Amino acid sequence: MEYYLIVSTVMLIAGIYGFLVRKNLLAMLISIELVLNATDINFAAFNRFLYPDHLEGHFFTLFGIAIAAAETAVAIAIIINIYRNMRSIETKDIEDMKH
Amino acid sequence: MEYTIFIVLLPMLMFLFLGLAGNKLKPITAGILGCTSLAAVTVLSYATAWQYFTMPRTAGGAYGATTVFNVQWLHFTESLHIDLGILLDPISVMMLVVISTVSFMVHIYSLGYMHGEKGFQRYYAFLSLFTMSMLGLVVATNIFQMYLFWELVGVSSYLLIGFYYQRPASVSASKKAFIVTRFADLGFLIGILIFGYYEGTFDFASVGAGTGFAGVDIMGAGRVMLPLALGLMFIGGAGKSAMFPLHIWLPDAMEGPTPVSALIHAATMVVAGVYLVARMFPLFIVYAPNVLHIVAYVGVFTAFFAASIACVQTDIKRVLAFSTISQIAFMMVAVGVCTPDGIGTEAFNEAGGLGFMASMFHLFTHAMFKACLFLCAGAIIHTIGSNEMTLMGGLRKYMPITHIAFLICCLSISGIFPLSGFFSKDEILSACFHFSPAIGWMMTLIAGMTAFYMFRLYYGIFWGKEAQHEHTPHEAPATMTVPLIILSTITVFAGFIPFGHFVSADGTAFTSHIEMSTAVISLTVAVVSIAIATFMYRKDKQPLADALEKDCKGLHTAAYHRFYIDEIYQFVTHRIIFGCISRPIAWFDRNVVDGFFNFLAWSTQECSWSIQGFQSGRVQQYTYVFLVGALAIIVFALML
Repeated sequence: MEYYLIVSTVMLIAGIYGFLVRKNLLAMLISIELVLNATDINFAAFNRFLYPDHLEGHFFTLFGIAIAAAETAVAIAIIINIYRNMRSIETKDIEDMKH
Repeated sequence: MEYTIFIVLLPMLMFLFLGLAGNKLKPITAGILGCTSLAAVTVLSYATAWQYFTMPRTAGGAYGATTVFNVQWLHFTESLHIDLGILLDPISVMMLVVISTVSFMVHIYSLGYMHGEKGFQRYYAFLSLFTMSMLGLVVATNIFQMYLFWELVGVSSYLLIGFYYQRPASVSASKKAFIVTRFADLGFLIGILIFGYYEGTFDFASVGAGTGFAGVDIMGAGRVMLPLALGLMFIGGAGKSAMFPLHIWLPDAMEGPTPVSALIHAATMVVAGVYLVARMFPLFIVYAPNVLHIVAYVGVFTAFFAASIACVQTDIKRVLAFSTISQIAFMMVAVGVCTPDGIGTEAFNEAGGLGFMASMFHLFTHAMFKACLFLCAGAIIHTIGSNEMTLMGGLRKYMPITHIAFLICCLSISGIFPLSGFFSKDEILSACFHFSPAIGWMMTLIAGMTAFYMFRLYYGIFWGKEAQHEHTPHEAPATMTVPLIILSTITVFAGFIPFGHFVSADGTAFTSHIEMSTAVISLTVAVVSIAIATFMYRKDKQPLADALEKDCKGLHTAAYHRFYIDEIYQFVTHRIIFGCISRPIAWFDRNVVDGFFNFLAWSTQECSWSIQGFQSGRVQQYTYVFLVGALAIIVFALML
């Protein structure tokens, strides 16, 4: 079980790191996917090793995948619109939503 | 007698119609419509009076008070509710006749006087509104309805004084009239509330209107508070009836059109205060005779004060205005000198209660001759184009009808037999002598002053040196002279109405006798005063008058400036109330109250400015802060 957790921890940290440092919105979206997948792995692993008789963890994994897909669709739509309006998807150019 | 409701409804509908659709009508159509509705009201009022006074009397010999129409308007408790209705009793029926007659005359007169004025339709709409409210006031079944209509007459008076709203003098006069009477009405309202609280009713019928004193039965705390309530109500009445020191609005109210002065500020609205005291008379006489005597003393002073000012004014409408104040004070004195002597017996009407009947009688006759005097003044102003007496003189040749009508009314107000003013004034003087000889002599003196200043006015207008006129003065058109003729005819004959049969203190009929001694004294005083006025003002040159004016310069100037009462008011309101009270309060409001909230707003804004940098719009910065925060919480949780 530790191996699964090590993999998921690496993915989580990599995702957070990528989200914080990448300047491209698409790269940030990919990082978010990494974070989500890390949690999915955790769910599946804990369910498999700690409570083999239950199925809630697997269900949550499936939920997570479905939500990730929906979220990606929405996020990409937003990014495309941002690109149309601002001709850029670099975070440094997108600062309109401030005080 | 359900048709009496139309007496109030017709003018109201006419007001709504003329007010809303007046501008679509031709002026003359609006005028004729107004006159027609008023003619109908007058006919209905006369029919009501006829039917009421031919009804059989009650067992006690009085005319009963009949409520011919009543709806409950506001409900508080079983006994305390506000109704709207029509109460007929001798004084309200008498007032119906007075108001509808004078109002009808003024409506006709205005066709000529206001001819070609801008806002002719509006004028008739306001006249209808006033007539409606005044009629509603006198037929009120309870004191609250009276208060409602009381305010309505105040409003319509305000509207009509300010009819020429482009003239600053009219505007300030209308404001002054409204504010002063409104201020006095505060007393009236408090009086009503005290009355309603302690008596548990507003109804006139349950406090003995028209039923003699049978219905009056008040126990406990009400007995103690009642004089206070009645005194406060009198303050309201004093405001409307221009008693000293609340008289200051009436002379200024002359800024309105002259027919309006005749209707509102001479004949009807200003006697509302007297009517109020008369309405509450059963309570006054039984529970608060001392308050009634205060009314009398205020009246005596006002009568003297106003008469002395009237002697020196040169604006003819001002003279008439002060004469009105003085005459209304006569009515107040008359009702005020009533004493509860012999109450409940046959003799009451002749002794303690004589003043009540005298007051109502004088109200009736005064309404007729003073309206006529004002309408005459209107005819004169119409042709001369000014109010100043110095611009008139010698008009008797040019305006014969106005001249005769004016003379008749002057003789009547001076109290010359056999005109109506003689009879009513004589009853008042008898009542005063009955109460106290001092007041009796005082009132006789004032009656003499009345004769003097009225004939000074008469000679100043119609005799004396002829002033230079731009065009030859001419007699007024028929629409204006006919009302003069009708009103002066009434003035001649009204004295022979056996008034005591209809209106008396306890409702029973009695025949008033002319007391020979009083009559002789008052006639002598009147004739002597007229003779003095004739001697002083008849001729072109007036050496005696000029010499007197020079010798008593201080007194003359003071009286000419109305004893500086307006200036005192100005000083008290502006310097003392505005300067010493309002200004510090305003400062406190602006600096302390507003300042506190300004400080709150300012500090919030400063906080916002200082933290607005957090909202940078950079998503990754937010995430970073969020992450650090989450980690900090985790660390914190683990350390615990």
